[in-house]
Amino acid sequence: MPSPNELRERIQAALPGAEVAVEDLTGGGDHFRAEIVSDRFAGLTRIEQHKLVYGVFGDEVGGSIHALSIKTSTPGGSG
Amino acid sequence: MNNTEIRDFIDNAIRENRVMLFMKGTPHQPACGFSARTAGCLNSLGVQYAALDILPDPRIREELSGLSGWPTIPQLFVEGELIGGCDIVTEMYETGELAERLGVEQPEDTPEPQATESAKRPIGLENRLD
Repeated sequence: MPSPNELRERIQAALPGAEVAVEDLTGGGDHFRAEIVSDRFAGLTRIEQHKLVYGVFGDEVGGSIHALSIKTSTPGGSG
Repeated sequence: MNNTEIRDFIDNAIRENRVMLFMKGTPHQPACGFSARTAGCLNSLGVQYAALDILPDPRIREELSGLSGWPTIPQLFVEGELIGGCDIVTEMYETGELAERLGVEQPEDTPEPQATESAKRPIGLENRLD
């Protein structure tokens, strides 16, 4: 069962330099919320930003990670 | 119905319905909080939309995600384009971007999305996948 820490580390590994906060919403290890600030999001649409994050986990999202709520932004502001 | 037929059905639903929501359950009986919230945003804006319950057959979700590249449910499409899931739709609802994208007026006080209160009844998309 994934932990918030594990998710955070994996996102940071995929998006070097990103500020990442992951919260386990239910305490059950399957509903997470991630807030990510990364300059990699610059110039991308919200869809593209979220797909980038979902891409880190592949089939696990919808599987062992039942739900991953995402909020993305760039260091400069709105993203 | 085989997987190709399911995929064609989904593809048609996206192309033929200007506002198309894939969700767990129905707008009147959502089976998941994220689906309820997303349907609620559309209900609060009073837009007409088609909704398809993905729960009756696991292949619907597999084919949908294969088509859209988006792993989770709900998924909202407008004019054939994936807008996003619950997070993005909620965020766009709150900022007024969703109303703009749909060509409707943003409610003055931006009420909390209501899952059951529906200004216009959603189009019941016939589920021919059973």
